[in-house]
Amino acid sequence: MTSFVTWFASAIVYGTVIMYGALGETLTQKSGQLNLGVPGMVFLGGFAGFAGAFMYEKTAASTNEFLLVLIPLLCGFGGGALGGLLYSFMTVVLKANQNVTGLALTFLGVGIGSFGGIYVLADAGFQSFATASETAKLFNWNINANVEAGVFGDMFLSYGFMIYAAIVLAVILFVVFKYTRVGLNLRAVGESPATADAAGINVNRYKMVASTIGGGICGLGGMVYVIMYSRGGWSTVNNIEALGWLAVALVIFSNWKPLNAIWGSYLFAFLFWFYNYFPTVTGIVLPTYAPYLTQMLPYVVTIVIIVLFNFRKKKENQPPAALGLSYFREER
Amino acid sequence: MAETAISFKNITKTFGEVVANRDVTFDVMKGEILALLGENGSGKTTLMNMLSGIYFPDHGSIEVNGTEVTIRSPKDAFELGIGMVHQHFKLVDVFTAVENTVLGLTRKQEKYNLKEASRKIKDICEKYGFEIDPKKKIYNMSVSEKQTLEIVKVLYRGADILILDEPTAVLTPQETEKLFDVLRNMREDGKSIIIITHKLNEVMEISDRVAVLRKGEFIGAVNTSETSEHDLTDMMVGHKTDLNIERPEPVGEHPLLEIRDLVVKNDEGAVAIDGMSFYIRGGEILGVAGISGCGQKELCEAIAGLRKVYKGEINHMGDTIIGLSPKAIIEKGIAMSFIPEDRLGMGLAPSLSVTDNMMLKDYKNATLTFKEATAEEKAKRLPPVLWPFVDRNGARKRAEAIIKELDIVTPSTETPVRRLSGGNVQKVLVGREIQSGPNVIITAYPVRGLDINSSYTIYNILNEEKKKGTGIMYVGEDLDVLLALCDKIMVICHGKLMGVVHADKTTKEEIGLMMTGALDLTEVKSDKQYGIAVDTNIDEADLEAMRQRDAQAEEEERE
Repeated sequence: MTSFVTWFASAIVYGTVIMYGALGETLTQKSGQLNLGVPGMVFLGGFAGFAGAFMYEKTAASTNEFLLVLIPLLCGFGGGALGGLLYSFMTVVLKANQNVTGLALTFLGVGIGSFGGIYVLADAGFQSFATASETAKLFNWNINANVEAGVFGDMFLSYGFMIYAAIVLAVILFVVFKYTRVGLNLRAVGESPATADAAGINVNRYKMVASTIGGGICGLGGMVYVIMYSRGGWSTVNNIEALGWLAVALVIFSNWKPLNAIWGSYLFAFLFWFYNYFPTVTGIVLPTYAPYLTQMLPYVVTIVIIVLFNFRKKKENQPPAALGLSYFREER
Repeated sequence: MAETAISFKNITKTFGEVVANRDVTFDVMKGEILALLGENGSGKTTLMNMLSGIYFPDHGSIEVNGTEVTIRSPKDAFELGIGMVHQHFKLVDVFTAVENTVLGLTRKQEKYNLKEASRKIKDICEKYGFEIDPKKKIYNMSVSEKQTLEIVKVLYRGADILILDEPTAVLTPQETEKLFDVLRNMREDGKSIIIITHKLNEVMEISDRVAVLRKGEFIGAVNTSETSEHDLTDMMVGHKTDLNIERPEPVGEHPLLEIRDLVVKNDEGAVAIDGMSFYIRGGEILGVAGISGCGQKELCEAIAGLRKVYKGEINHMGDTIIGLSPKAIIEKGIAMSFIPEDRLGMGLAPSLSVTDNMMLKDYKNATLTFKEATAEEKAKRLPPVLWPFVDRNGARKRAEAIIKELDIVTPSTETPVRRLSGGNVQKVLVGREIQSGPNVIITAYPVRGLDINSSYTIYNILNEEKKKGTGIMYVGEDLDVLLALCDKIMVICHGKLMGVVHADKTTKEEIGLMMTGALDLTEVKSDKQYGIAVDTNIDEADLEAMRQRDAQAEEEERE
């Protein structure tokens, strides 16, 4: 494979993690919940997914391929969903401030994940690294490994099923938001909870369910990172939360539109790995501080996008109107 | 005899200590348009909110079509065929008309199909004579279109009983005519319509019967054909009660604040103040009467520099204050205390202590830490000298003084204002405004929600200021208070000046008629009626004379 194809391929895998995070957060934010705990939920999902797979591989006498896939999926989703549920309980039931709660969830998620990781590593014999190799093998099974399809295969067929599932998920969310009653109600809750309430929609339920499922989707992103990107490896030093912040930025960049999140996530990852592959592809040697500059690019692009949209002031290109605001019915 | 659609039976609803509805009992017939009439705070909207499931009555019951029902949520109301069009539209801005219409319906009610829904909307429009484009987004709609959509929304859900909360407040006369035609069509169709309104001429035009509420109590219902605007006003405002508020004779009146042809727009971009001209004079209290939401808020905000003036002039002792920052206006000595419905909304920071709130407006006079300001400095309202720290001790002393003077009940000067009771919060706000030594005080609803004693404390404070020669504009709700406290009363109706009358020479009925737009005294300048102050319709010659008088007064002062 040429360097460019490697660059492309790693951007796709890395971008998928961001995409899951962004899709989960888009779903959450569409209900008016500004959950800044994405890094925490991604971390929780990553840890839970890995721990589930690792424990199953370690304890089961003989592993079942179906369970090897199902367990990390459920654990990853469940880990993130628990984070989302905690967040929505705090903000919807207890009416806590959304920003503060979200940030707290970020630290809590990373903390729990790292702490739990120590026990898993201890199980693996106090190494700084543990692997769920069988699971990783199944998740990374791809067409390209079995069929000779040239550069096309390297670029588009060399990924495990979760990569394609992310795109399908984005399309599903797009359809749900745009063409279903649930989507209409959800958007109404995020735009104007008082209107939704007067129309007989259960605002709190929509907010809680959206936050929880959104958290679960974020968790899947973390699971994909550990099982697929890290090839099933868990180490004491993880950098999953950085992807969580990229996911938050991507929600804004994609303008709360799931379809934009697809290409946006790949672009973000492409820019993120710029420093690594650019010199080998072009032969231009970058100065040592280059990584710090280029890894900033996704955020810079996001800020530019915000500025542009604010200049154009088109109503459709704005965040949900009630984003970040708690809803109290009694207020009049 | 027509069938009853709704019966209210002994409905009582209280919010804290405030009784919004007491023992209200009356019926609404099928196929009639009933106008619900009442002053501000008479409990009309509260009563209707109980019918549409937003509030739940403390006592009493509601019967729909002869059976007793429990309405716990808007959904319950829909299922009973009751639909309410709120004064503030409940529409999602970025949605289309059809999306807003089907919002909240369940799968059981109908399949999610926007095309089918659009067709249904068009059918409804044809049937009753509406005009609406189902694909149009709300933010592209005019106010009238939004209201039409709200009515369509209610009809789409198959409502037989429609409640319209002040539907004409936002409409032009032509749009109102159109709406009334539609309402008549709906009545022909056998639907019951309850219309909440203040405008008597509209009541006479559209309704079959009128039910009147006053201070939460049901006064009576009459057939529109057998009553007159005058009788209705009597029912609405009741008889004058003597309040025994002291009213010192005004001394040395001279115009302090001059408002000329003022035009101000509200948040929605509609004209809220429409060409008003009046004076606020030193040593006198100018009352402002009007139905709530008639532009009082916008007027206060325009004077305080918080709202853009679209047209016209605001002159303070000869200098224009339009375009000045709120800070500069405060420095000129114009103080505003506006008590919004939630009391804390404007003027105080709820989580800050009494002391901190005292400092909010004069933090910049920080030099006072070292030396007491001289009288001269105070008079000149000198700009701050470089000194970075605020004067907490001074502020605390001022807080203590106000607490003592106004009998504010608070554990300490450091208690967050939010923890004080409503009356005490208002005293803090009014007290701070007065302590800054203003020459013009704009106060809106300063006694809102206060008990009698606290109210009298506030009246006394205002009277003290009046004796000092301060010009006071008092935006009030209770006509009895306005009549007893103020020297002149300015009546506004939907942003238009209806006239300025002397409080001791007018009657409650007259003000009531002016508030509802039935009587316009600005048009009767040629043969002036008894009791109309000169402020109404001043022409250029009058203005020039007044300016000269002012200049003379100033000169005399200098000498």
